[in-house]
Amino acid sequence: GICNGETVSVIIVLMQEVTATSRHYVDRLFDPDPQKVLQGVIDMKNAVIGNNKQKANLIVLGAVPRLLYLLQQSSSSLELRTECSVVLGSLAMGTENNIKSLVDCHIIPALLQGLLCPDLIFIEACLRCLRTVFISPVTPVQLLYTDSTVIPHLMSLLSRSQRTQEYITQIFSHCCKVFTPEHQTVLFNHGAIQNIAPLLISPSYKVRMQALKCFSVLAYENTQVSMTLVNVLVDGELLSQVFVRMMQRDQPIEMQLTAAKCLTYMCRAGAIRTDDSCVVLKTLPCLVRMCSKEHLLEERVEGAETLAYLMEPDVELQRIASTTDHLVAMLADYFKYPSSVSAITDIKRLDHDLKHAHELRQAAFKLYASLGSNDEDIRKKITETENMMDRIVSGLSESSIKVRLAAVRCLHSLSRSVQQLRTSFHDHAVWKPLMKLLQNAPDEVLVMASSTLCNLLLEFSPSKEPILESGVIELLCSLTQSDSPALRVNGIWALMNMAFQADQKVKGEIVRCLGTEQLFRLLSDPDTNVLMKTLGLLRNLLSTRPHIDQIMSSHGKQIMQAVTLILEAEHSIEVKEQTLCILANIADGNTAKELIMTNDDMLQKIKYYMGHSNVKLQLAATFCISNLIWNEEDGSQERQDKLREMGFVDILHKLTQASDPNLSDRAKTAMQQYLA
Amino acid sequence: CAKELLQYILLLIRGCHTTAIFSPQSLSLSAYSSNTKQRAKMAELGAGSLPLGDPAFNYQEHELNERLKRLYPAVNEEETPLPRSWSPKDKYSYIGLSQNNLRVHYKGHGKNHKDAASVRATHPIPAACGIYYFEVKIVSKGRDGYMGIGLSAQGVNMNRLPGWDKHSYGYHGDDGHSFCSSGTGQPYGPTFTTGDVIGCCVNLINNTCFYTKNGISLGEIVDANFGQQPFVFDIEDYMSEWRAKIHGMIARFPIGERLGEWQAVLQNMVSSYLVHHGYCATATAFARATETMIQEDQTSIKNRQRIQKLVLAGRVGEAIEATQQLYPGLLDHNPNLLFMLKCRQFVEMVNGTDSEVCCLTIRSPKSQDSYPGSPSLSPRHGASNTHLHTGGADSPTCSNGVTPTNKSKSHSGAGSGKYPSVSSSASSSTSSSPSSVNYSESNSSDSTKSQPHSANSNQETSDSEMEIEAEHYTNGVVEGSSARIMNGTYKHEEILQPDDNSIGNGVTDDGCSNGRQLCGGNQAATERMIQFGRELQALNEQLCREYGKNATHKKMLQDAFSLLAYSDPWNCPVGQQLDPTQRESLCSALNSAILESQNLPKQPPLMLALGQATECVQLMARVRSGSCSFARVDNFLH
Repeated sequence: GICNGETVSVIIVLMQEVTATSRHYVDRLFDPDPQKVLQGVIDMKNAVIGNNKQKANLIVLGAVPRLLYLLQQSSSSLELRTECSVVLGSLAMGTENNIKSLVDCHIIPALLQGLLCPDLIFIEACLRCLRTVFISPVTPVQLLYTDSTVIPHLMSLLSRSQRTQEYITQIFSHCCKVFTPEHQTVLFNHGAIQNIAPLLISPSYKVRMQALKCFSVLAYENTQVSMTLVNVLVDGELLSQVFVRMMQRDQPIEMQLTAAKCLTYMCRAGAIRTDDSCVVLKTLPCLVRMCSKEHLLEERVEGAETLAYLMEPDVELQRIASTTDHLVAMLADYFKYPSSVSAITDIKRLDHDLKHAHELRQAAFKLYASLGSNDEDIRKKITETENMMDRIVSGLSESSIKVRLAAVRCLHSLSRSVQQLRTSFHDHAVWKPLMKLLQNAPDEVLVMASSTLCNLLLEFSPSKEPILESGVIELLCSLTQSDSPALRVNGIWALMNMAFQADQKVKGEIVRCLGTEQLFRLLSDPDTNVLMKTLGLLRNLLSTRPHIDQIMSSHGKQIMQAVTLILEAEHSIEVKEQTLCILANIADGNTAKELIMTNDDMLQKIKYYMGHSNVKLQLAATFCISNLIWNEEDGSQERQDKLREMGFVDILHKLTQASDPNLSDRAKTAMQQYLA
Repeated sequence: CAKELLQYILLLIRGCHTTAIFSPQSLSLSAYSSNTKQRAKMAELGAGSLPLGDPAFNYQEHELNERLKRLYPAVNEEETPLPRSWSPKDKYSYIGLSQNNLRVHYKGHGKNHKDAASVRATHPIPAACGIYYFEVKIVSKGRDGYMGIGLSAQGVNMNRLPGWDKHSYGYHGDDGHSFCSSGTGQPYGPTFTTGDVIGCCVNLINNTCFYTKNGISLGEIVDANFGQQPFVFDIEDYMSEWRAKIHGMIARFPIGERLGEWQAVLQNMVSSYLVHHGYCATATAFARATETMIQEDQTSIKNRQRIQKLVLAGRVGEAIEATQQLYPGLLDHNPNLLFMLKCRQFVEMVNGTDSEVCCLTIRSPKSQDSYPGSPSLSPRHGASNTHLHTGGADSPTCSNGVTPTNKSKSHSGAGSGKYPSVSSSASSSTSSSPSSVNYSESNSSDSTKSQPHSANSNQETSDSEMEIEAEHYTNGVVEGSSARIMNGTYKHEEILQPDDNSIGNGVTDDGCSNGRQLCGGNQAATERMIQFGRELQALNEQLCREYGKNATHKKMLQDAFSLLAYSDPWNCPVGQQLDPTQRESLCSALNSAILESQNLPKQPPLMLALGQATECVQLMARVRSGSCSFARVDNFLH
């Protein structure tokens, strides 16, 4: 009650103030004399230019619906309609709230309707206003696509004037958002490429620039668009060459950067080879240049991110970039904002630096991650950069999620190095912040962090011990229950690594914590990767005889069931091989092997795989039999006899003749058990 | 500090039994075992070597010149030649050169550092390059070959590794380190080996250098292929960035509070230029639009304009008459000028354009054209004017006021005569008589002789750029071509309109050369000409008595009379005199003399400023300021 009352009174006070200054302008819009209305709109135009308060006032007083009404009336003169759209455009230039109010008054359909008028001046005014509305982040871009006739009409207006070209291409590039390939497709299907390509050589810089931006948005992660772009000719010149010219060093930075983006996206979409000279000698060096200190912070961020994206899949580009213009050292500067100098000398600059500091850091981490994703020498160079590991460690616990994600990406990339795992990773105890990061982080961070953890848990990693002691098993087990396949894989992968050559205590802990139920659920996981890593975990758990016997004594029944199910189901060779390896491990146990020997069905299966067409499966099955008939163990004679009866000796005899040397060797070794 | 150091390209090799070779194609370097059999084999591999005299080689030489000119347009190779090969003199004894001094062989033992050997290029890098770049290709590195590429000053020990000594910089292939005048290198870039193309770029604007490997820039070092083939690294793109930077710097030069002042200066420059050349109507319109004043009164401008038109139309006799009438005593005080005018009048009589013979001939519309290249002729005024006046002792010209070069200094010192010659070094004449002025102009027009009727085309300008530049270097004055470009955009038909007879004929090139006859083919006119010639001779003798012998006058007279010795004067060794473009220098000399007599500047401030700017850029090159290469006056004239 009280709260509402206060709000009302505030509005009333505001209204009174507003009335005094702005009411007059709105009243004049209702004058019966059209000439006076026109003059009123013109006066309003002059009153609102650059005056945000006035704009807000007029909106509150309801000027917008009236202006829209006048704009839509066919009885209004063209001059009046044009002036109305100019005033609306001016209102849109104000705050985000202004845009919201305009959109709520259905300004977009009204202006789109206005585009059907033949008068160019009016069309240009409508487009200018539409442009201003659409480039605001608060406007739902979907509004451009609701009426299917709009896009083709905009395409047809491209030929009208340089202004229509500029505004329309700008609208397109803002209404074609990342993660919405359907927008790209709509524009593509309406001939965006053919219509916009000629604008790249327009005499107007603004038109060229907007057309270029449009292409960068259209080509992003879009193979269809990219493949079309490479074959487009503009005035007899290939589009890629036009982009290369736009990257020339005397062109404005904005143009160089956007052209480099276009070529990057075309390259990533597979339309341009990564060893093409326009990528190696032009795009890559251009993007490296953008990272240098002399450019604006925004440009450096964009340059680094685009470069990271360009070379992500290609080790050769990573190698070239790593030696270009001291890129690795150049990136170290990205971490020096806000600089100590700026804090003292210039408060404005400090503010600017602070705003971009996060963006700079995450861009640098991304680029380092991309640089170091394949080449060991580059990774070494990165870790040797000043304070690099400290920066990553502090990046992992930054407040900005973007920075945390990028930092963990970088760490992940570097964690692929055996040497770094043994040295810098351990020296800087990176596992600590990493573990902290794993506690309730968003999925995308979790995926990267757990993937990094997998590497840190490799048996040669000195961080493995302290991580184990920090109670990681529970966390990993909970990851295996995630809805995200990537997280399940990482969880089970880490457990697999952890179980490799682990002691009995750790293995018992894993089995206890994961629970057999979850283990068998994972064995029927729809994701093959999860299944493979679960089998890998089982295999690692079932190694060394005492462990095998212990686990099989407590979970033998379920494990044998699971193995049967997998061998009977439709699975890839790799899965079956892994499963047969588990069986071979079981066959190596003292008591555990009885679980196979007493299971005739299982023995038949082994027999079947010994005669399989795939050598890997034959080998694994033979291994299993070899373990069962091994001489020096109790009851080996009985087992040998039973298996001879079942016809295994004949099969082994045949396999000694196998063309695969490994297989024939294995079969010979097994046969020797009978001879001894 | 690197300024005086980055002078010589240096290539250094140390290695055990290695040989290094530069291929003529792209200045490549190779090093390999000195085993003779292998060497023979490698020589085959180093294909593309071409002996001198081979037409293909000449073609390659031509290509090289073109490329260097394009890369380093500001370099005057007469003063500072560009490096084109390794120097056979400036090298250590272990180094052998072959194939036009582009290949380097290492012949030493290469056991240790003492066996190091290096070679320098033939010339230091001219500062006017602004940015200099060369590449080297390693064909074969050899067994334990060490290689370094870099820069050094002249006189640095050639038995050392590059970068170890003071005044030398190097990038070493074995460890990828860069050495800056120190025995300890800094980790710089990747190592390099057989098959790699290594480049070195010197930026004389900000005094940095960087190296490239296979076309990729490896990054700047602070303070620190001569172009036979296109470089692997896009050096032109790098240069374009710096050109844009420097142009931006000039365009955004802060003028602060003085905006109004600058505007006034600029308006005055335009206005005075228009007035100077007598573009009366344009000047008046300009003054009206800008609300400025014209110093000279309208009648005076129109008078000068009329006289100029007469000279340019070849009606010199009338011009003399008009001058004597409007400016009594002017020519009496300038006997040299008068003599030049009379000489020209004689030439025009031969041409059949002077009114004294013209009135005697009945001209067929097609037979004659006194002014064939009409719209393109007057533009030359600007250029000739600056040539004329830069050396003048009594007016503050660019060479006097701004850059006291040796030449202009000596001339201004000796400039007691009325027209001290500035251009004597360009022309053959050494006297300071008025005739030398004329010669300097005819010299500059020599370069355009091949296209006599297209003086206003851009192509012509660029074609003649080199020769004209050479001249402007020696003169130390405004470049002829620049003024021509600028003026070329004006339409000068206005000047010619009163002279309907001569331009209305619209004769083509063929008509000019084929249909011409001495004095228009009229007997009476020829007699008048002969008579005039005698008068001219008498005038010369009179001048000799009064002022002493004058070799220039004598030569002028001889040349003019020589025309009569040929049946077709237009196509004879001295026929150049008949070219209407020859009127321009005289026209501007007369115009300047009139202005001077009215106590007005004899040279428009615009041309003065242009001359100052040009001279300033040249001075920058001499004091090794690299930015001069991208601040050329040409770039700003459209």
